[in-house]
Amino acid sequence: MTQRPDAIPAIPDPHDVPAAEVMLDRPASVWRIAMRRFFRRKLGVAGLVLVGFMVLVAILAPVLAPYPYDVDFIGEPGAARWGPPCVHVLGCETTQHLMGLDGNVRDVFSRLLYGARVSLPLGFSTVLVAILVGAVIGAVSGYLGGWVDNILMRIMDVVLGFPSLILAIAIVFVLGPGIRNTLLAIAIVTIPQYARVMRASVLAIKEIDYVAASRALGASSWRILVTRVTPNALTPLVVLGTLGIAGAILEAAALGFLGLGAQPPLPEWGAMLAQERARVFTAPHLMIFPGLAIIITVLGFNLLGDGLRDALDPSLNE
Amino acid sequence: MIGYIIRRVLIAIPVLAGVLVVVFLLVRLLPGEPCTALLGERATQEACDRFNEVNGLDRSIPVQLGIYAGNVATGDFGDSIRFSRPVSTILLERLPVTLELTIAALALAIAVGVPLGIVAARRHNSAVDIGAMTLANVGVSMPIFWLGLLLAYVFASMLRGTPLALPPSGRLTAGLRPEPFYQAWGMELSGNGIIAAGQRFVANMVTTNALLSAQWSVWWDSVKHLILPAITLATIPMSIIARMTRSSLLDVTQRDYIRTARAKGASERRVVRSHALRNAMLPVVTIIGLQLGGLLGGAVLTETVFGLAGIGTSLFDAIQARDFPIIQGFTLVIAATYVVVNLLVDISYGYLDPRVRIR
Repeated sequence: MTQRPDAIPAIPDPHDVPAAEVMLDRPASVWRIAMRRFFRRKLGVAGLVLVGFMVLVAILAPVLAPYPYDVDFIGEPGAARWGPPCVHVLGCETTQHLMGLDGNVRDVFSRLLYGARVSLPLGFSTVLVAILVGAVIGAVSGYLGGWVDNILMRIMDVVLGFPSLILAIAIVFVLGPGIRNTLLAIAIVTIPQYARVMRASVLAIKEIDYVAASRALGASSWRILVTRVTPNALTPLVVLGTLGIAGAILEAAALGFLGLGAQPPLPEWGAMLAQERARVFTAPHLMIFPGLAIIITVLGFNLLGDGLRDALDPSLNE
Repeated sequence: MIGYIIRRVLIAIPVLAGVLVVVFLLVRLLPGEPCTALLGERATQEACDRFNEVNGLDRSIPVQLGIYAGNVATGDFGDSIRFSRPVSTILLERLPVTLELTIAALALAIAVGVPLGIVAARRHNSAVDIGAMTLANVGVSMPIFWLGLLLAYVFASMLRGTPLALPPSGRLTAGLRPEPFYQAWGMELSGNGIIAAGQRFVANMVTTNALLSAQWSVWWDSVKHLILPAITLATIPMSIIARMTRSSLLDVTQRDYIRTARAKGASERRVVRSHALRNAMLPVVTIIGLQLGGLLGGAVLTETVFGLAGIGTSLFDAIQARDFPIIQGFTLVIAATYVVVNLLVDISYGYLDPRVRIR
């Protein structure tokens, strides 16, 4: 066959590209597209900014906070229990307390900043525990199927049969109040969500050709699970997990408010609110500021989670 | 459809049984003996033994569970250790409070959430849309106990003495003793059976009772006490419903049959009302049903903030006092309500969307 000189430039044969390059290029571009899609949405970016801000506050708390969280100002001139905010710029002359003083004459602003060191790690680790356990249950359930699947999923149904806060309250009571048990209780009640997502991913992918190919090549079940199934479940788990952090922080605050979560003198925001509940009418600053801290943090994770879902879920592709 | 319903019910039964077992075991795992909680830390061994024997706590756990399950099946939840009264009687006093609160909150959430979502979707990307969605995003991120305290502060403290002032706690102004509706109707409590239980249940729903017996001043008082707790409890479901309505409507309006409706000249009003909304409401109905779990959990917090004697606060008190029968009975009723409502949501979804029935 002769080649015509005036022919349209040949389309490069895709098979000419070395295999290794294809393999490397694909995943990178998928992530790049997701990133681009994420940063196009203002709300998701706003969430990222809020979360980043709170993470910074948590890291820099000792630097930013004017005082340690457990130091009291008893005897200090102008300092009194439940003292209102004293801001120098606004004309207050005594020692500056941006958000006032609490019932133990401690600086609320400092406690609030340190509170980020309680709530953020608590939210992260709760979700981490829940995802790890949930993913294992879901993977085993979906992969083995049969009676194992049936039993595990019925147990998950029972956990979901309770309103989550009620079950969490009961679990914390059994384990005893405190921050570690708050973590465990909230993790336990949220495990089914992650187990279901993992199981669905496993079921969806079990019969797909490349998994069958792996199996035909002699890969072990464990290897297939780790290298083929888990990456596919990662997207929904990341999205669900980000939203889960928001939920976990809220539930931890609720448990703290009921007196079951973090115990004094730990500056957990929900517990701070609870301790000064009776002062709502006389010292509202003790209630307003911790609440705002919770809202900013939870809102950040919620917006971030929504943004990630929009960016990562191709089914919502415009 | 019938096959679908039967399948759903069959799935719900083991869940309910599992819930019963979990509640029972969880209660047994609670640290501390009920006898020391009730008779005091220094109760002698003999006193405790006698106490356990009287309350059937000396038998093995499987036996206790079997007896309990049998009793529950006949509506007998045992007697409260602390109050020496049947748990079911206490439930008849407390559940109505929570029920009215939850229904008011859900009604409010739907009445505000759905129109808000529709307006936001119809003016997609406008200031109204952005404002509504910001509100909804903040709404789901707010600790409701904080909102409750804030509302109490604003309406009971800042606005005190103005016509907008609202009471921060309780279900009725202290001292107000409303007449039960059956007495207002010239009836008596009919014995001790299920009818009497129903009568007392409705009479304990303060607002409903006042409405039924035309005690208008009591009714207004009870409504005023209900407003702040209802707003507090409604915030999260309201935000979720508004978001769901908006995204569902936006999704539906991009479909071909909406374009067809527009092409054949239907007015925008007609397109939205009779074509888009009907289909957009499907996921909204589901999401409304799913709010119940959150509402029941939120009721604990709301009742705590506003000092309401509902099942939330009594459950919490009972846990602290190790009152096993109340903890068991109340948790069971809450969980059972939750399971049954989810079952009804599943069934209604199967009715609304025939595709769900398959498999």
